[in-house]
Amino acid sequence: MGPSEETPREPPFSAAKWYELFSRGARDWLRHDEKVREAVRRHLPELISGGEIIGGGARTVRVPVKLLEHYHFRLRRAAEHQGVGQGPAKPGDVFLDPAEERAAGSKGAGGEEEGQVQLLLELKIDDIVEWLWEQMQLPNLLPRTGPSEEAEWVREGWDRRGARSRLDRRRSFKELVKRRGAPGAVPTFTDEDLRFRQLARRRRPALRAVVFLLLDVSGSMSERDRQLAKTFFFWTVQGLRRQYRSLETVFVAHTTDAWEFTEPEFFQVSGSGGTVASSGLAKVSEIIRERFDAGQYNIYLFYASDGDNAASDAAAAREALTALAAEASFCGYLEVAAGVSRHLQTETGRLFAELAAAGGAADSCVLAQFDDVWGALRRFFAAQQRAAEDT
Amino acid sequence: MSREDWQSYLPRIEQLARGLGLRFHPVEFEAVPDSLMMEIAVYGLPVRMPHWSFGVRYIYQLIQRHMGHSRLFEVVFPGNPGHAYLSAGNGLAENVLVTAHVLGHADFSRNNLLFQRCQTQVSERIVEHAAQHARQIQQAIETHGIERVEAVLDAALALEQHIDVDQPLRRARYPEYAEPPKALPDDAFRRRFAALEPSAAGAGAAPRARAPVPPHPERDLLWFVAQYAPEMDSWERDIFLAVREESFYFYPVFVTQIMNEGWASYWHARLLREADFIGQQAYVDAIKCHSDVVRPVAADEQVALSINPYHLGFALWEHIIAEQGLEAAFAIRAEDDDFAFVRNHLTRELAGELGLFRYRARDGKIRVLEQDIDALREAILAPKYNFGAPTVLVQHLHADGTLELAHDHVLDCRGLDLERSRKVLGYLQRVWRRGVRLATVGEDGMELELSAP
Repeated sequence: MGPSEETPREPPFSAAKWYELFSRGARDWLRHDEKVREAVRRHLPELISGGEIIGGGARTVRVPVKLLEHYHFRLRRAAEHQGVGQGPAKPGDVFLDPAEERAAGSKGAGGEEEGQVQLLLELKIDDIVEWLWEQMQLPNLLPRTGPSEEAEWVREGWDRRGARSRLDRRRSFKELVKRRGAPGAVPTFTDEDLRFRQLARRRRPALRAVVFLLLDVSGSMSERDRQLAKTFFFWTVQGLRRQYRSLETVFVAHTTDAWEFTEPEFFQVSGSGGTVASSGLAKVSEIIRERFDAGQYNIYLFYASDGDNAASDAAAAREALTALAAEASFCGYLEVAAGVSRHLQTETGRLFAELAAAGGAADSCVLAQFDDVWGALRRFFAAQQRAAEDT
Repeated sequence: MSREDWQSYLPRIEQLARGLGLRFHPVEFEAVPDSLMMEIAVYGLPVRMPHWSFGVRYIYQLIQRHMGHSRLFEVVFPGNPGHAYLSAGNGLAENVLVTAHVLGHADFSRNNLLFQRCQTQVSERIVEHAAQHARQIQQAIETHGIERVEAVLDAALALEQHIDVDQPLRRARYPEYAEPPKALPDDAFRRRFAALEPSAAGAGAAPRARAPVPPHPERDLLWFVAQYAPEMDSWERDIFLAVREESFYFYPVFVTQIMNEGWASYWHARLLREADFIGQQAYVDAIKCHSDVVRPVAADEQVALSINPYHLGFALWEHIIAEQGLEAAFAIRAEDDDFAFVRNHLTRELAGELGLFRYRARDGKIRVLEQDIDALREAILAPKYNFGAPTVLVQHLHADGTLELAHDHVLDCRGLDLERSRKVLGYLQRVWRRGVRLATVGEDGMELELSAP
C-alpha cells in the first residue's frame, strides 16, 4: 500500500543549508540578553554604587545576572513530593536527594532547577553613563558669548559644482525632469543637471562651562569617605563630558592648603592634616581669576567634605564662599559622612545652607553610603527639571 | 561506513516493517548538523515563532551539551509525509537503528487516535504550519514592533498548556442568549392547571436573557482570550490562536510519550533482529546503541530517581506482545494514551521486575515507600495531568471587561505559586488591557485573590 518506494526520494544529504547561516536559537538568545540589559538598566542606582569601577582603566563593568524566567502558572512547591524511581531499592531505604544537594552547593533555597545558571554581563561604562545622563543636565546653564564662539559647518544651498560625495541625487533628478520637459532636450543626465550640496560655516553662541571639583582630603576624611566622594565625582565627570562638548574640568584638593591636580592624579590623591575650607575655596577663586572669565563661563563648584572645618576658619570660609557664589552658576556641597547621623549640621553644611537660604544657587546632599551616589547625582543634575515641573 | 550504505538499507527496512504490519505515511529523512538538532529540541518544531524564552532554553541546552549530557539521534514529526531529522554525526549503525525507530514513531502517529484527531484538526503538515506561524509573527514584528508582539507572545506562550483538547480546534463562540426554558409538555395535568390560573400559565414568554460569559468555567484560556478579549487587535488574537494550534499539536506528543517511545523502541529492536540484510558488525553496534537508549539507570548510578520513558514503554510493549499477541498490541497503540496504557498494563509483577519504586522526598531526604501498584501508577502519571499545568479556569467576564480566573485548588490539592502567578497575570493584563483577577489559596489554605494591575 505504501507508495513511497515508487516516489523518487530526495537524497537525504542534499539539504538546503539555511541552518548553517542562521540560528534561531542564537537569535532568541540575543533577544534575551537584550532584555537582560534593559532590566539591568532599570537598576542603574545599584550598578553605579560599585566603588571599584573608577579605580582601573577598564572601560567595562561585569555584572552577574540570572537568566530571565518566562513564567507559567505553577503549583506552590510542596514541602514534600512523591516520585517514581527505578533500581534496587527496598521500602524504607533512605538516601539524600541529589537535586537538593546540588541546590545547596549553589547557596540555598529558591533555587529552582533552572535558576542556577548565572550570566556575566559585560557593560560598557560609556553605555552606563549614557543611560545615567539621559535625563540630567547642568543646572542654570546660560549661553555666554566670548571670543571663541563655536563654529560648525552646516549644509546650505546647492551649486552646480562640488565634490562628488555631496551630489544631491534627488535634486539633480528633478533638474533633469524639468529640462527634459522642453522640446528637443537631451534625455539623459548632462553636467548641467547636477546639483551639489554646499556647506557654510555657522557661528553659534557657546555654552561654555567650567566645573570645579573640590575635595577635602584632610586626615578626618577616611579612605571610605574619599572613595565615596570620588565615585560621585567620577560619574559626574563622565556624564558632563558626554553631555557638553566644550566643558572644562578643574580638580582641586585641599587640607590646610590647596593644590590643583590633573584628573588621574586627583582620583589617586590622599592627604593628611587639618581642614581649612577657605584655602580650597580661595584656590578655586584664584583659578577662576587667572583662567576663567565669569562673563564667558558658566562656573560650577562641587565640594565634597566631611564638614569638619576648623572653627578658626569659619569667617574666612564664609567670605570665600560668598565671593565664589556671586560668580558661580551653582555650588553643590556633598557631605561625605560614612556612618554619621548628624547630617548637614556641620560647620561647612551650615555655610552652604545659609547660602541657599539667602537665595544663592546652592544645594547640599549627604553621601553616607555607595547607594546614595545615584540620589546625589539626581539631586544636583535633575534639579532644573524639578524646578520646571514645580512651576 | 558511508551514507550510501545506510540509504540502501532504508527501503528494505521499510519493506520489512510493512511486512510485520506497521502502517505509516512516507517519511522524509534529512540529516542535519547537531546545532540544528539542538534547536529542534529547544523549539519542539524545526521552524517556530521567535521568542526570548526559547533563547533561555537554548542556553541551557548548550550548557548541557558542553557537559556531555544527552545527545540527540533523531527527531520525528508526524504528518503526511512525516519528517525525520537525523543527526549528521550519527554513524552507520546508529542510523540504521534510528531509521527503524522513526518508522515505529511514524506508525504510531498515523494510527493512534489522539494523533489522528490532532492531524485532522490541526494539519497533516504541522512542520509547514508552524513555519507559517513563524512567518506571520515575523511580519507582525515588522509592522507593529518587537515590543508589542513580544507582549502578546509573553502572555500566549505563558498560557500554552491551558487548552481544552476535548473541544474541537475550531470552536464557535458561546451562544449569545441563554436557551429559552423548555416548553412544558402539553398534557392533561397542564391543561387543568392552566384552567385554574389562566394568568400564570400565559407568563411563559419571558424576554430572551443574555447568556453569561462563559456559560460554564472555561479551561481553554488561549481560546477564550482570543475570542473575548475586549481590546485586542485581530493580529494579536491570531497570535493567541497560532500558539493554541501548536499546543493542540504538542498535546498528543506529551500525553503518549511512554507509549510512543516504547513502541518505537520495541520496533527498532524487532526490525533489527529480523533484518538479515544488516551486516554482523552493524547489528552489534546498533544493539549496543539500543541498550544505551532503553537503559533505566545512568551508567554511573545505582538508582534512578526518575523513570526512563523509553525503558518503561519498551518493557510494557514487550510484555503485552508476549502475552496478548501483535494484534492486541496494534489495537492498544490505536486506542490508548499513557493514562490508559500505564493503568491497564503496568502490573504489580511487571513493576517488581523492573524495580520501580515510589519515594517521598522531604527535607533533602528520599524515603522509599511501600509497594502499592495503584499509587505507583498514579505517581508516574501525575505530571501528565492537564498537560502538566495547574487547572486554571475562566470564571467570569464582567461587564466592564474584568477577567475573573479561578484556580481549582481542590483538584490540584494545593495553591498556586503566587510569585509566578502574579507575573503571568501581569503578562496577561498587558494584552487584556483591563483588570485581571485570579482566585487561589495561600499556604495556609485560605482563599486569596491576585489581581493585575
